[in-house]
Amino acid sequence: MNQNDVLIDVQNVSKSFGDHDVLTGLSMQVRRGSSDVILGRSGIGKSVLLKSIVGLLIPESGSITVKGQQVIGMKTRELNLLRQNIGYVFQYAALYDSMTVRENLEFPLRKHMELSEDEIEERVVEQLRLVGLEESIDKMPSELSGGMKKRVGLARAIIAKPEIVLYDEPTAGLDPITGREISELIRDLEKHFGITSITVTHDLECTRTVADTIYILDNGTFTYSGSFDDLQRAEDPLAKAFFLGIT
Amino acid sequence: MNTQHPPGALAKLLGFYRSRFLRAMEEVYGITMFGMRFFAYVFKPPYEVSEVRKHMDELGAKSIPLLTVVGLIMGLILALQSRPTLDRFGAGSFLPAMIALTIVRELGPVITALIVAGRVSSGIGAELGSMKVTEQIDALEVSAVDPFNYLVVTRTLACVIMLPLLTAYVDFLAIFGGFLSETMSSNTTMKLYFAEVISSLTFLDILPGIGKRAVFGFIIGLIGAYEGFNTSRGTEGVGRAATTSVVVASLNIIFVDMLIIQLTLLLFGSG
Repeated sequence: MNQNDVLIDVQNVSKSFGDHDVLTGLSMQVRRGSSDVILGRSGIGKSVLLKSIVGLLIPESGSITVKGQQVIGMKTRELNLLRQNIGYVFQYAALYDSMTVRENLEFPLRKHMELSEDEIEERVVEQLRLVGLEESIDKMPSELSGGMKKRVGLARAIIAKPEIVLYDEPTAGLDPITGREISELIRDLEKHFGITSITVTHDLECTRTVADTIYILDNGTFTYSGSFDDLQRAEDPLAKAFFLGIT
Repeated sequence: MNTQHPPGALAKLLGFYRSRFLRAMEEVYGITMFGMRFFAYVFKPPYEVSEVRKHMDELGAKSIPLLTVVGLIMGLILALQSRPTLDRFGAGSFLPAMIALTIVRELGPVITALIVAGRVSSGIGAELGSMKVTEQIDALEVSAVDPFNYLVVTRTLACVIMLPLLTAYVDFLAIFGGFLSETMSSNTTMKLYFAEVISSLTFLDILPGIGKRAVFGFIIGLIGAYEGFNTSRGTEGVGRAATTSVVVASLNIIFVDMLIIQLTLLLFGSG
């Protein structure tokens, strides 16, 4: 793999909480424009990896490079500049519950971009149209269903047009139909904006829809990586266990 | 009588108090560091002026209905309770001065601070606690917005600004409450009553009080934010953050009040 193509480079990362080792020397490289999926059981450390990539958690050892910049030990000001290129979709959307949908979407634009009121309005409406929620623009998050919250979270993550988007369980807690809709939305938006992404999930339907490369996380490290078709034929016991769920 | 404890019982008891003491010290250290961080941030851009203004309205102005009732009743009760005693010593004419000094120096700031702590500190603790457990604080951080500046500095600053104003409002209402009681019982005129009030108050009664009120505001905002920011264990933690905020803020208000009184007496004498 050409090093210039690598947008996220994780090398030998270890992270523990007390006596519990969550990540143990984990490595992965994410190419520009690719959509990688990390599969794994609940509580195995998938979200810990995402939070480490964006600097919310600090690993004990290893290196994480995003766009050629070392995240671990980075100063807050530089980290904040880097974060402006990263969108993050939280497991439960994490919408600001004191703000309307409009204000949630406006927030990153007002904080970091010099846009006119008209431009802000245009972008907010455009993003909401892409996720099919124009009518909900003035609703409070408490008035939205789980699926609608996820859509708004998705719209907020991509409204500043980031190069990278990290999805933390984008379909968790949704019914299969809404889950599929969200997965298809993620795939369409990524194609539309040319986004590089990492999605952590334990949902195989979502994986099938969005993944270029799939990693299986177990015991703190990746036990397998490959395409969805490769993985279907893999001998890895965890991969087999996942596929048993849908075959 | 057998006074011997079973082996290990004393050690267990000591261990319990030791862990409680260490936890309390951790809390003191945490709040101190949090306060120092506030001063490191407050003069540094970006200045979230609109957020401060919003919280001044949310945390301060919306406390006015409750404080109105408390202020008026506090003055009424003080006058009703003090009048018979003062009359017994032939000092009934000192009542306006006594009310003014008691309210402005002590009761006004402390009662206002305790009431605002109950309403606002718990509100901040619960709000930030809820934001913490629903990952909204993480969402701010990944949006490249410093959550400490955006959430903690703004709320604490709003409390620092609003508390002296709210206390002045309560002071006025309590003194006015005293007048209502006086006019009902002794036909005192408003002009005479307020002339007595104004002549009894000196610059030294008011100036240390303003600083004290701002300090109480700082305690209320900072402790609410600290408890909320350090919430863990989901919704149970949110409830605990709200309760702990009120308890810790109230205790700190009373403790700091005592220190400020000692300091004021040391610097300016008994007045």
